[in-house]
Amino acid sequence: MKIFSGIKKIIFSALVLTLTGSIMQGCNNGSGDGNAEVKGDDNTLLGAGSTFVYPLFSKQFSEYNKLNGLKINYQSIGSGGGILQLTNKTVDFGDSDAPLNEEQAKNMGATALHIPMASGAVVISYNVPEVKDTLKLSPDVLADIFLGKITKWNDAKIAAINNGVQLPATSIVVAHRSDGSGTTNIFTDYLSKVSEEWKSKVGKGSSVNWPVGLGGKGNEGVAGLVKQTPGAIGYIELAYAMQNKMSFAKLQNKAGHFITPNLASTSAASNIELPADSKVSLTNTDAVDGYPISGFTWALIYTEQNYNKRSEARAKNLAKLLWWNIHEGQQYCSDLHYAPLSPAAIEVAEAILKTATYNGKIILE
Amino acid sequence: MAQNINYRLGKSKSFRGLVIFFSILCTLPLFLILFYIIREGIIHINWNFLINLPKPVGETGGGIANALIGSLLIVFYAAVIAIPFGIMGGIYLSENKNSWLSYWCRLSVDVLQGTPSIVVGIVIYFWIVKPLGTFSALSGSIALAVMMLPIIVRSTEETLKLLPSTLKEAGLALGLPYHKVMLRIILPCGFSGVLSGIILAVARIAGETAPLLFTAFGNPYFTTDISKPMQSLPLLIFNYATSPYDEWHNLAWGAALILLLWILLLNIITKITTRRWKIQF
Amino acid sequence: MEVWKNIKIKRSFRQIRMEKIFRSSLVLIAISILVLVLAFMLTLIIQSMPSIKALGFGFLYGKTWDPVVNIYGTYPFLLGTLLTSFLALLISIPFSFSIAIFLGEYHPRGWFSEFLKNAIELIAAVPSVIYGFWGLFVLVPLVRSLEIKLGVTPYGIGIFTSSLILAIMIIPYAASLGREMIRMVPASLKEAAYSLGATRYEVIRMVVIPYAKSGLFAGVLLSLGRALGETMAVTMVIGNTSIIPKSIFDPGNTMASVIANEFTEAASTLYLSSLIELGLILFLVTVVINIIGKKVIKRFTTE
Repeated sequence: MKIFSGIKKIIFSALVLTLTGSIMQGCNNGSGDGNAEVKGDDNTLLGAGSTFVYPLFSKQFSEYNKLNGLKINYQSIGSGGGILQLTNKTVDFGDSDAPLNEEQAKNMGATALHIPMASGAVVISYNVPEVKDTLKLSPDVLADIFLGKITKWNDAKIAAINNGVQLPATSIVVAHRSDGSGTTNIFTDYLSKVSEEWKSKVGKGSSVNWPVGLGGKGNEGVAGLVKQTPGAIGYIELAYAMQNKMSFAKLQNKAGHFITPNLASTSAASNIELPADSKVSLTNTDAVDGYPISGFTWALIYTEQNYNKRSEARAKNLAKLLWWNIHEGQQYCSDLHYAPLSPAAIEVAEAILKTATYNGKIILE
Repeated sequence: MAQNINYRLGKSKSFRGLVIFFSILCTLPLFLILFYIIREGIIHINWNFLINLPKPVGETGGGIANALIGSLLIVFYAAVIAIPFGIMGGIYLSENKNSWLSYWCRLSVDVLQGTPSIVVGIVIYFWIVKPLGTFSALSGSIALAVMMLPIIVRSTEETLKLLPSTLKEAGLALGLPYHKVMLRIILPCGFSGVLSGIILAVARIAGETAPLLFTAFGNPYFTTDISKPMQSLPLLIFNYATSPYDEWHNLAWGAALILLLWILLLNIITKITTRRWKIQF
Repeated sequence: MEVWKNIKIKRSFRQIRMEKIFRSSLVLIAISILVLVLAFMLTLIIQSMPSIKALGFGFLYGKTWDPVVNIYGTYPFLLGTLLTSFLALLISIPFSFSIAIFLGEYHPRGWFSEFLKNAIELIAAVPSVIYGFWGLFVLVPLVRSLEIKLGVTPYGIGIFTSSLILAIMIIPYAASLGREMIRMVPASLKEAAYSLGATRYEVIRMVVIPYAKSGLFAGVLLSLGRALGETMAVTMVIGNTSIIPKSIFDPGNTMASVIANEFTEAASTLYLSSLIELGLILFLVTVVINIIGKKVIKRFTTE
């Protein structure tokens, strides 16, 4: 019985301690919110959104952390998620590979800035162990596969553009995104441009009603599906395919060339004059050696940074981070196969970032 | 009897055989899972795995220290929130067997117990995350606390109900005030039952993922601040398992083994507490 | 002397006050649990109001779920949920009942029974995300090779795979409840049947199972409730697509998996509230199933 009461006392005192501890912590947080949040809080930033840019952000933010000690927590929940969480003001910044549409912009309640971060290619990755050569795909074939009209790898249409390649008679398993995604937006934007049937049946958007296939969460999920499913085909960001040594197809562009997606062909596609708001689609590019499915990814922040009692320091940290991203941060792009912003694009991005304000005052001079 | 007795006995025997066959077959997947996770997990667990933070995507190395500590903290705070409510609720229900309120309260506990974890996540998102304006470990803890609550209430109620009423009457007859009787006599007597209920509840929620998706959210850095997003083991397993990176799969296997061991340990502790401190008079 | 008396009186007043505080805090907590659940339901209802208003009952039988054009029909998910849950139930019942009969009737004690009992408890204790993880890497390739043999599209993941995983996960619920119910069958009944010359099988079939029928049924209901609401394991292996599944080998989606996939990103009001309405339906269905299950158990045990 002695041991018993001893244990009881220990447990009881532990409970009391933790309870008071947590209550006190709760109080601290409560008061912390009011007066320009103190210490630790300003050392963190929370972002969410695109999985397209995640490999790049993951590297950039880790480097930035080494430089400045700022801890940036970026969760790759999909572009749609990034937009919604920014709308709900639960994150400091979002990131999307699709510019806000009208309804999304309206829901935001305040103006949001689109700051281009980099551009990347959406590659058509496949898992057909029997095929050693790189497959070639034309826009029609691609659309037909994703419409569910071509169901076997040895279909005559695929064979016609892949002379001499031994194609197996296995079924094609289409993999797509299950979450709202800017990658999907880029991909379906492309398909809508090249296929009338796709345009009328499915259309373009961040999450569409797929005619066939399996859904994976995030670029990670689709890449995982393709990697683990023999016969699978899916669209993912180039970095995912490269990092995981997955095979991906050469795609015929508008000029009729079969283009391997890489840094050069993505840069060729993204080397265009950016409008002042930077919202532009790069798909089905006119560039002769440009890869036809690529796009920008944009960091999204509110123009007016003083909302939800955010501190000025936090807003400054955010602006500085994004500034670093479009300048020094660009050096990490090419290693991860993203196309860095062109000098002209950086100028546009700078101009946009400089319109961000705190209490009406421009944050970056 | 119309049928031959041998036929009937044979039927009886074969039925028994069938039952035994199915029973044994049923444990097969469990052992496959345990075997597979131990085999895959054990080779990836080392000191660096336990104390390092995850590396940027695609780079090798890195560990799960943030998820390990995060999981412990989230579960710990969940327990801190749920235990007082759970025990008090259990006391009330065991004391008031037939009142109007206890009927509805009991029903509510049943409802909570049956609520899918993902629904808890949604509701806590609207209650805590949106108003506070940030994802936080605290909201994850609250979601998990909601899931713990019914288990603790129920186990407390069942335990206390089993205690003879003479115990309470003796205490009251000595002139002890009611709260002292309950907290100093009844509760300690049912200590083992209550404690095992709590541990069981912790074991149940330690591996919950769905309510954390929209609340604790995840964090690549190490943090102990519960007002900030935090990584946890189940979230990490979910995110890494569905990814294409072999490196992440390895981390996830290791994390799965650790999570499994943790839950196993809690279950064993439950067993020991119930055996050690059986209610005795 | 006087001083002491005063102190004593004061002390007992304090005790009485404490007692009152204690009693009322008990009531308060009981009320707060009730309020918690009501608020849960209310939150779900209020948040799903936009879609209830806009879509009405069409929400339930609409066959397309297409956020691009703002069409939200949940029929594919309802179907997916029902298919996975009932298939899982079908697979799990022989196992769970076998275990219930084995532990309840044949061998209530002994080292093997003790082992079996612990194994069943362990099955219930393994987190669902681990089931999903294991399923993705071990079960999916197995199912895929089965699908290749059958000549259907070898997705590997899909409704069948999720049902298998779910079946394993829900066995403990029906098994442990069934065991207790079978144990409660009065020995006198069984002995009477034996004395009439019944074999073991006949006793089980004609006495034990009919007697424990409602209890076994309740166990199945609780298993079903669990299967309906299960999220993570299913999300990982079901394939996450909004197409109406044509066969059990097709990929699909359940209500819970749609929410898990799309909740953090449903940017339009109608989209979000549709997802919450799914949550509400899920909540109501599982609540009703659980309450019926509990009622059946209660009636059985008090009779």
